[in-house]
Amino acid sequence: MTIQFNDETFRGDFTFRNSEWAIKRFPFPFHEDSYMYSVNMEPHTSYRPGSVFERTFDVDEHYVSEMKDRAQVLADDPLRCQSLPHMTLAGWDLVELIMEAKAREYPDLFELHKNGNRWRWVNKPLGIDDTFTFLDESTLPYGPMEYITRQTQGDFAMLDQRDDNLWMDAGMVTTQADWSLDFDIGMNFFEWHAPVPKAHEMGIFVRALKFLLNIQQGQPARRLNWTMTVNPLLDTSPENYHKWGEMKQDLTMENLGSKQHLRVELQTFFRLPRSNALVFPIRCYLISFNDLVTVPKWGRRLHRVIRDLPEELATYKGFIDNRPMMVEWLSQYDDGSPTSDGIWADDD
Amino acid sequence: MSAGTAKLNVTVAEVKPINDLVTRFKFVRTGGGGLPTFSGGAHTVVEMQDGDITRLNAYSLMSNPADRGAYTISVRRDDQGRGGSKFMHSKVKEGMEMVISNPVNLFSLDLRAKKHLMLAGGIGITPFMAQMHQLAMMGGRFELHYSVRTASLGTYAKELTERYPGKVHVYHDDQKEAIDLPALLANQPLGTHVYVCGPKGMINWVHGTASEMGWPREAVHSEEFLAPASGKPFEVKCAVSNKVVQVGEHQSLLEALEAAGIDAPYLCRGGACGQCETNVIGYDGKFLHHDHWLTDEQKAGGKHIMPCVSRFEGKTLVLDR
Repeated sequence: MTIQFNDETFRGDFTFRNSEWAIKRFPFPFHEDSYMYSVNMEPHTSYRPGSVFERTFDVDEHYVSEMKDRAQVLADDPLRCQSLPHMTLAGWDLVELIMEAKAREYPDLFELHKNGNRWRWVNKPLGIDDTFTFLDESTLPYGPMEYITRQTQGDFAMLDQRDDNLWMDAGMVTTQADWSLDFDIGMNFFEWHAPVPKAHEMGIFVRALKFLLNIQQGQPARRLNWTMTVNPLLDTSPENYHKWGEMKQDLTMENLGSKQHLRVELQTFFRLPRSNALVFPIRCYLISFNDLVTVPKWGRRLHRVIRDLPEELATYKGFIDNRPMMVEWLSQYDDGSPTSDGIWADDD
Repeated sequence: MSAGTAKLNVTVAEVKPINDLVTRFKFVRTGGGGLPTFSGGAHTVVEMQDGDITRLNAYSLMSNPADRGAYTISVRRDDQGRGGSKFMHSKVKEGMEMVISNPVNLFSLDLRAKKHLMLAGGIGITPFMAQMHQLAMMGGRFELHYSVRTASLGTYAKELTERYPGKVHVYHDDQKEAIDLPALLANQPLGTHVYVCGPKGMINWVHGTASEMGWPREAVHSEEFLAPASGKPFEVKCAVSNKVVQVGEHQSLLEALEAAGIDAPYLCRGGACGQCETNVIGYDGKFLHHDHWLTDEQKAGGKHIMPCVSRFEGKTLVLDR
C-alpha cells in the first residue's frame, strides 16, 4: 500500500501526529493576512498532485485511526449517525459515489467489482471484503450511508432538496466543530445556520443557499472552513463538551505549540443522482501550532489573522479567552515581512 | 459558476415516430460506457447545430433512471415554434453524434410522500415516465391521471396502462372526458403529494384547486418549460464585458449573449430554474417578463431579468454581464 497509516489516538494520550508529508499537504485556509466570511466556493476538480484537492475523497495517513475513533464515538452514542426514512436512497447514492471514486483513484487500496446489482467491495486498509446487493439494505450490516461512512474520513451531512431549501435529513457526524446532528436533524439551511454571527447580515447564507441549490451532477464544489481545537480531538461535539471544553483552560505559553491545533474542514458538495439529494462531506484536518510554524509563511500569516479577527468570530469559534496567548506565541514567528498571495508555502 | 452544465457526448441510437406529433430519441454514450444515473423528473439540455445557430432545448428524460445504457426523450413537434423541435424531427438521424448536458432535476419526487399523485397533460407525460420507473423499483405508491387530445395522440397511454395496471387513468378530450380534480384531491390519503406537468392552464388549475381545498403549498409540485417568446429586436449593452449585443426577433436574450461570447449561466432555458438571473444596471423602456422565477415585485422593480425567456422593448437596456 502506498500510504503508511499511523497508529494513533485522538483522545486520552493523544498520540495523533502529522508526518512531514502531511504537514506539507495541509490545507492551510488563509489566502491573505486577514479573514472574513465569504462564499469561497470553487469547483471540486483535481488540483495539485499530492494535495488534499487531488482526489474526490482524500485518504491519508490518519485513515485507519480515524475510522477506529469513529467506531468508538458511535459505540458510545449511536445518535451521531441518523437517517430519516426518505433518505435511504440518498445513502445508496453515497455508497456508489464513494466506492466508484475510491476504487478508481486508489486502486491499490480499494476495489469494486460489479456483477449487475451484486457488488463486491474490498477495503484493504480496514480488512473488509463484502459482497452485497445494491439497493437491498438487508444485504449490508448497516444502512447504506452508515456502512460507507464508517469507512470514509470526514463527517457527512445529507441534505434533501425541496421547497427551494435544503433539509438536513441524514448524516454521520463524529468529528464536528461543536455542532450536533441530533439537534440539527430535520432543520433547513437557515435554521441550522442560525447561530452563526455576522454572516446573516452580510447576506452570505442567501447567496450560499442559491449556489448550493444549483449544484449539478458531475459538477461538485468545495470550500475550506476552519476553527481552533486544544489537543488533537476529532470529536468536539456539544454532547461531549463537558469532556473537552475544560481542556481549553490547560493552555500555557510552554505547551501551546504542541497542544493548540488549527482545525480545517475541507467541505465538498455533490449532487446525488438517484435521490437528487446533496451530500456535504466535511473532512477535518488537524495541525499543531508547532508543526504549522515550520512553514514560515503560514506562521507569519496565522499570527496576523488571529490578531485581527473580529471579536464575534473569535467568540463564535470558541477561542476568545486564549486568543491573547495564541497571538503572543505566534508573534515569535512573525518577522513582519510580507506574505505571498494564496495558501501554499513559498518553497513550492 | 461558469455557464452551462457538464456535457455528455452521445450518439443517437434510435429515432422512432410515436404518433403524428411526437418522436422519441434514444441516446447512448459515444464510444461506449454508461451514462450517469438520474432521478425521476430530470431533464437534459440537447445542443442542436442548426447551420450557424446553436439551439439548446431542455427535454425531460423518460427512460428508467437506473438504466445507464441509454437516455430517451420524446419531442413534440411545434410548427409555430422557433425551430428546435422541428430540427429534432427533421434533422436528427440514427448514428448522429450530439452533445447533451448532465441530468438536472427541477421536478424531483418528494421522497417523504406517502403517495404520489401525478397529473399529466399531453407531452407533459415524459417526466412522469421516469418517476414511475423509479417508484415502481422502490415500491412507492403512485397513480397517474393523463389527459390527452385523442386516443391516437395519447403518447405512451397504452403502454403505461399495460405496464402499471390499475394505476393509470387516461382522459380523452375528444370524448369530453376530463379529470374530476376536486373529487380526486378530496379522496387522497393524508401525506399525498401532487405533481402536474402540462400546459400552463392545467398547472394553474391544479395549484388553484388544491390551494382552495386547503392543500399545503409544499405538497403540490409542477414543471413547465417555456419556449422563449419571439418579439421585436432590441439592443443590450453588457457592462462587464463591454459589448453591445443585438437580440433578433426569433432569438432569446440568452442566445444573443452566448452568440456574442458572453459568459451566461443557464440550466433549464425555460424560465423555471433561476440560474440565468441577471442584474439590470439601467434601462429606458419596458420589460416583457415571461419567466416563472422572479416574483411580481421583482418584475415590477426593473432590477432583474431572466434572459432565457424574457425580452425588452425600448431605447436602452444595460446588463451586469
